[in-house]
Amino acid sequence: MSTQVKEQSAFSGRDVREQSASEIVATGICKTYGAGPFAKDVVRDCSFTIESNKLTVMIGPSGCGKSTLIQLIAGFETPDQGTITMDGRPITGPGMDRLVLFQESALFPWMTTYDNIMYGPRARGEDTKESAELAEFLLNKVGLEAFRDKYPQQLSGGMQRRAELARAMINKPEVMILDEPFRGLDNMSKELMWEYYAGLYEEDRNTNFFVTTDIDEAIFLADRLLIMTNLPTSTRAVIEIDIPRPRRIEDVVNSSRANEIKKEVMTLLHEEAMKSFSGGSKAAADFLDAYSKRAG
Amino acid sequence: MSNTLDSTAGPQGAEVTTMTLTMHRVSSWLKSPRPYLMLIGFAAVLGFWFLSVEIWKLPRFVDMPGPTEVFSEWFSKDPYYGLSIYTPEYYKHIGISLRRIGFAFLLATGLGVPLGLFLGWSKSFREYIFPLFEVLRPIPVLAWVPLAIIMFAGSETPVIFLTFLASFFATTLNTMLGVESIDESYSRAARCLGANRWQTFRHVVVPGAMPYIFTGLQISIGVAWFSLVAGEMVSGQYGLGYLINTAYMMIEYPKIIIGMITLGIVGYSTSALVRLLGDYLMQWRVRELALGDN
Repeated sequence: MSTQVKEQSAFSGRDVREQSASEIVATGICKTYGAGPFAKDVVRDCSFTIESNKLTVMIGPSGCGKSTLIQLIAGFETPDQGTITMDGRPITGPGMDRLVLFQESALFPWMTTYDNIMYGPRARGEDTKESAELAEFLLNKVGLEAFRDKYPQQLSGGMQRRAELARAMINKPEVMILDEPFRGLDNMSKELMWEYYAGLYEEDRNTNFFVTTDIDEAIFLADRLLIMTNLPTSTRAVIEIDIPRPRRIEDVVNSSRANEIKKEVMTLLHEEAMKSFSGGSKAAADFLDAYSKRAG
Repeated sequence: MSNTLDSTAGPQGAEVTTMTLTMHRVSSWLKSPRPYLMLIGFAAVLGFWFLSVEIWKLPRFVDMPGPTEVFSEWFSKDPYYGLSIYTPEYYKHIGISLRRIGFAFLLATGLGVPLGLFLGWSKSFREYIFPLFEVLRPIPVLAWVPLAIIMFAGSETPVIFLTFLASFFATTLNTMLGVESIDESYSRAARCLGANRWQTFRHVVVPGAMPYIFTGLQISIGVAWFSLVAGEMVSGQYGLGYLINTAYMMIEYPKIIIGMITLGIVGYSTSALVRLLGDYLMQWRVRELALGDN
């Protein structure tokens, strides 16, 4: 048993923990949807850096255009102005070096867990013994070996997210991009997934970019926290989260440093949320005015 | 590579599970009230038919053959009108209708599914074809009858053409809707994972549209029977539609009912066959639904 564990970690050392150092830099990007009177500014003059070998979390009011930023970084869309570069090269389209885990589970319902995980290697014509071994290893790692021949609908929400992580990891992407991956999970599974995902990250420390609306999630996971403004989106603040790793939920809950950061983040987000709430309506603005007076 | 990916659609050593699943379904069906309600439904209609024709002798039902007459004719070794389950002619009618349906249905599926897939997949292709399609589609099959007879030689081709038409429209349209229904996140995931456009088409678009395609095929097989009977009534020799029509002209009324009931049974069987094929090709859905049952 112990030898097997050793073998596995040796294997992971060779294949999964390959360190890469990739940095994504967005400079002055703008994105508008629609034209003429229907034009809607979604991103305006937005700059930020996803530093290499760090877990960068982006948080902002819901509907603030974070998903648009992901589409831009992933290369599914191009910015109207500004540039996004990865290691100095501009991003021109989707690429294997940046893998995105989308909000909704995008496991193929018509493939078993194993076939889903093997999809990337097979699509690239790398249906080799090494890929198969790595798939087995990852199945084990995400605890789904008993579910290898099940279809996604037969898995729980948490299992689906883990299968999707495995499907991404098998391709050894230089940057992993996660768009609210744990949204819709119940609180218990969510916290388990935080610890699980943080553990995965702490193992290889590759560049990760994680988008969320959940403050606790953001603080628990992040090395760097980007706080975004309301529409049109730009970067409001950057906070370095210096809570030591490995992190555990209890430690972070009890940490006074974490609570300080939480207050700071909440204040910033609250302001942005209020802007979004009033949305130009006089009545809403009056309400917020009265509300802040009472609170102040 | 393609083998391994394509095999995901079929059952891999799943015969046992599919079998047990079927057994489980049959036994739970027998335990539920559904089969008995079904029997009551049949009995009610048969009873009404029997009472209205043979007991009450309702005025408009005078020429209508009663169930006793129909069933004794149908199962007679020496039928009065020359048609029963013991006469080869009966099976010739069924066989010829089935052959026409099979031919037209395969043609409609073979042309309609690829066309629908491309219509859903390529926007510019849709711009060319779809408006034309939308104008042709609402024309009822019966309106095509004269043109079909003028266009095609003999009596067989027009019938097959008419049967094909409605099926083709139903299949194409549903396949197209199927492609449009696919969540974009699947194509994005495939592209992210390194699939090219053609691979995305084969591994995402085709299986993703499959549920709609089979809904389309269910509709298609139904309208195929409808058009077939219409076609057989005006053109062609043999076949169930022809049987019903000639029985009417020759005043052999029990044969009309025999033809109708036979149409119902054979038509239902073909639909069931299409559904079984769909279940076989979409294992993932069967499992999903089975899970929901428990």
